[in-house]
Amino acid sequence: MPEQVSFELVTPERMVLSEPVDMVVVPGVEGDFGVLPGHSLLISTIRPGTIAVYQGQSVTRRIFVVGGFAEVTPERCTVLADAAIPAEDLDRTAIEAELQVVRGNLPSLRERVARATGTDREQLLIELAALERDERVAQAKLQAVAELAGH
Amino acid sequence: MPSLKDLRTSIRSVQSTQKITAAMKVVAASRLRRAQEQAEAARPYAQRMQRVLASLAARMAGMPGAPPLLVGTGGQATHLLVIATSDRGLAGGFNASILREARRRIRELESAGKRVMILTIGRKGRDGLRRDFGRLIHDSLTDVGRRQISFDEARNIAERLLVLFRGGSFDTCSIIYNRFRSAITQIVTVQQLIPFPVEAEAESAASGAATGVYEFEPSEEEILGELLPQNLAVQIYTALLENAASEQGARMTAMDNATRNAGDMIARLTLNYNRTRQAAITKELIEIISGAEALHAA
Repeated sequence: MPEQVSFELVTPERMVLSEPVDMVVVPGVEGDFGVLPGHSLLISTIRPGTIAVYQGQSVTRRIFVVGGFAEVTPERCTVLADAAIPAEDLDRTAIEAELQVVRGNLPSLRERVARATGTDREQLLIELAALERDERVAQAKLQAVAELAGH
Repeated sequence: MPSLKDLRTSIRSVQSTQKITAAMKVVAASRLRRAQEQAEAARPYAQRMQRVLASLAARMAGMPGAPPLLVGTGGQATHLLVIATSDRGLAGGFNASILREARRRIRELESAGKRVMILTIGRKGRDGLRRDFGRLIHDSLTDVGRRQISFDEARNIAERLLVLFRGGSFDTCSIIYNRFRSAITQIVTVQQLIPFPVEAEAESAASGAATGVYEFEPSEEEILGELLPQNLAVQIYTALLENAASEQGARMTAMDNATRNAGDMIARLTLNYNRTRQAAITKELIEIISGAEALHAA
């Protein structure tokens, strides 16, 4: 059995991290799961949350990911995330402001979707989906900030 | 025979054109480098995505209730062509080669009795097809990746396609773009997006996929349901990046040629100018000498 897991964190735009680690905790959609060497084969979707990288007993990195997929084999753990931000770079006030804006825009957009037809509706539905995603992400970010403060 | 003044004017005009083309070449070269780096950086994600998709899709493809993005709608009646071009011209044959292929495709599909819908990306695509196929253009996007292509833009385009697809507007979809080989060679590529062709991909990715049975969290269907739209965005992103690199490569080569041609032209005009000047001097000398000779003889 290998002694370490080769962990890769990739976003569509670049390879964020690629290093051997002792353990990594991934926010799976059905709950966090830890990956140690020799983990069984697994493909899971992940929710917006924090990935914790362990060397020995201590966490060396915390990275906030926006969602995506994880592929786990006994030797490696590959996380395909939509976006990744180091957890310590998250700024509480900025996120709260963002969330406020998003929530402010949601009701009027929903109303416009209900009224629109044809091509306009298509466009609005896309906007709405994006906005709802932003809301979920911002909420998860706030939670990540709170968790980080707790550690 | 042009006068000396005319020649001087043309030389100066070609010189200023040369300055512009030389500057454009330098700009294109630096943008090309950036575009190539970006395309390079995007590759790991696309490869790993392919690997995960291959191990999933191979199992799902045969099952009933497999997602339409993977197996198609069952119909073939309407085909959506996404035509990716650039916003700006002066890039050699970059846009022309895409448009040529696009026209060929459209005629081919129409003669096969299919309905064609067009989504153009980039001003040149819209302008080039509006006259002949304006009735088929569903929508045109411009200013995509004006400074740098972001994944979000690709995802927005993917969302747009998905809304149309779910609404039953089309059955199959492919994208036409230029694949970057080198600054001199770009290859016009037609790639099918919906349904996503897994067989070919699965083989190439199979070497990287672990053997054995994966566990899926949540279910295979749900993961595939998220993976396929994401993959669509990744495919579009990859195509846009390739296209951006190709555009800059084509522009660089075109501007290099233009600069060289301007140089040749300046050399020719300068030679002509000097000859004309010399001829004028000789003529004046002859006039003076023959005048003096005439006086002398008298």
